[in-house]
Amino acid sequence: MTNDFVIETRNLSRSYGKFVAVDNLNLQIAEGEIFGLLGPNGAGKTTSILMIMGLSEPTAGTVRVCGYDPAREPVKVKRIAGYLPEKVGFYDDLTAKENLEYTGRLNGFKDKIIAAKVAEVLEEVGLSPASDQLVGKFSHGMKQRLGIADVMIKSPKIAVFDEPTSGIDPEGTEQVLSIIKNMAKQKVTVVISSHQLHQVQKICTQVGIFSKGKLVASGSVDKLGREAFRKGKFNIILPISQPTDKLLENIRSIEGVVDINCVRDATVITASEDVSKQVENAVASTTGLKVQMKVEEFELEKVYMEYFKES
Amino acid sequence: MTGFKEVFWKELADNFNSKRFIILFMLVYLAGIATIYIAAQNIRSSVGESTDFVFLHLFIVSGSNIPFSFLLFLSIFIPIVGIALGFDAINSERTSGNLSRLLTQPLYRDDVINGKFLAGVVMLSILIISVVTLVAGLGLRMIGVPPEAEEVLRIFAFIFVSILYGAFWMSLSVLFSVLFRKTATSALASIAVWLFLFLFMTLIAGLIASSVIPVDQNSTVEEVASFDTLYRNISRISPSNLYGESVQAILLPQMGSTSPTMMMIGIYSGLNPTPLPLGQSLIIVWPQLVSLLAITAICFAIAYIKFMREEIRST
Repeated sequence: MTNDFVIETRNLSRSYGKFVAVDNLNLQIAEGEIFGLLGPNGAGKTTSILMIMGLSEPTAGTVRVCGYDPAREPVKVKRIAGYLPEKVGFYDDLTAKENLEYTGRLNGFKDKIIAAKVAEVLEEVGLSPASDQLVGKFSHGMKQRLGIADVMIKSPKIAVFDEPTSGIDPEGTEQVLSIIKNMAKQKVTVVISSHQLHQVQKICTQVGIFSKGKLVASGSVDKLGREAFRKGKFNIILPISQPTDKLLENIRSIEGVVDINCVRDATVITASEDVSKQVENAVASTTGLKVQMKVEEFELEKVYMEYFKES
Repeated sequence: MTGFKEVFWKELADNFNSKRFIILFMLVYLAGIATIYIAAQNIRSSVGESTDFVFLHLFIVSGSNIPFSFLLFLSIFIPIVGIALGFDAINSERTSGNLSRLLTQPLYRDDVINGKFLAGVVMLSILIISVVTLVAGLGLRMIGVPPEAEEVLRIFAFIFVSILYGAFWMSLSVLFSVLFRKTATSALASIAVWLFLFLFMTLIAGLIASSVIPVDQNSTVEEVASFDTLYRNISRISPSNLYGESVQAILLPQMGSTSPTMMMIGIYSGLNPTPLPLGQSLIIVWPQLVSLLAITAICFAIAYIKFMREEIRST
């Protein structure tokens, strides 16, 4: 296996008796991505995450996290990967600070470093004012943010969040998402499983759609949309309602262009790849106008529904 | 190693801070003081003329109307403390949602269970050593006879066996805490096993033995002896009997056998029991000690294997 991918699974399977929870999963996640795992309940998202984190043993297949096997070298994987479980819990009779300090000590940090780190991550998730409160008194949203702080404290290369926004109010959700987004800016590879498609679309660079234990599609939202609705073709929207024949001819001669359709107030160019730059040049050279090109974008929700209509 | 150390210290601190143990400590100390008071009152009549091992009698003597010696009291409380230390070791972490978080930190899974177990053993040791020391100190003031070197050694052996006995109950309850998801279930299961083994095992042993070898007034000594052997062997399934036999032989140097019946038969046939040296007493109870150690290890091993292979879901 190559080390190009931070997380890579090969034919990963997990079955419980006759029930196959994860079926020959081949997942590849590159460094620095925010990867969204989507799919209905029971599609195998959490089980896959458990195998990646070494909390469950695969029935067949392999997992590599930065080249390490979580079943064989659990400690090495857990040193670089942080995990926020769906129902995260803390020691209720300890304060937020004490809980994080314990995590810091389990990671083998020195006391001085821990104190600094705890203050830093609590600040980052906006829990500094509550740092000396008992976690038992925390709201669900606060616990979730503390869970993220708990992941951050070990400065992971990989952060895995299982349903980080479930059951939190919209404001809290917004906070959680922006914290996660900030993490990704610091070169952390993030994996999120979620049902909340809107939010996933907002922050994820790549998504994988799970159904019945299988990964039915993966890639960027737009790529999935093109595959689902446009047979993999790009639609470039040119905001010119009545193009001249010369312009059409020039565009048609661009390599990759398959079809041109005139709709009400625009021209839609269908191509096998993203040719918006070339079209822009063609428009400029033919008409002397500088026009803003738009590549058709897709709503994750529609894409998602389309995949489930098929399967 | 870091993981093990951190879990160990956290658990120990938790134990000391928890109300559960403050209550248990209070209870054990109070009961210890009460029993030793009764023993000191009755020791003169019980010891008689012999002044051998007077100090050890403190632990065995019970009141004439309150049949409650320090030994009996310990043999009841040790299982309770052991169970209290272990019954929620793993499943409370699971239900509180801490286990997933804990096990994705860079530590080995066995660090968690080992750390918890060792913290429990340390707690148990502190409790037993302190209560025995307290009781011995009080007894010393009350009867005014200092222990001899041999007696001190025997008290150490007694403490060690008691800790081992507690460790067995703890490892059993830790096993239940791995097997059962709910803390209430594992607590009840542990207590049920304890009650069964403590109360009913002797009854069942008696029933089985007397149906195999019926004895009455006309039975020969051989018949009584073989009945007693069978009865003892069956009742030894219960760790509380293993503990009882071991401790009796350690605290009563005159016991040349773990069976009171055999001792009586010996006395009636003209043998005068003389106190054995500590080494000999230990040899008599060696099988009991090894069995206690073995069942403790087996329970812990099952818990360990089950826990190591388990899938950790956060729900």
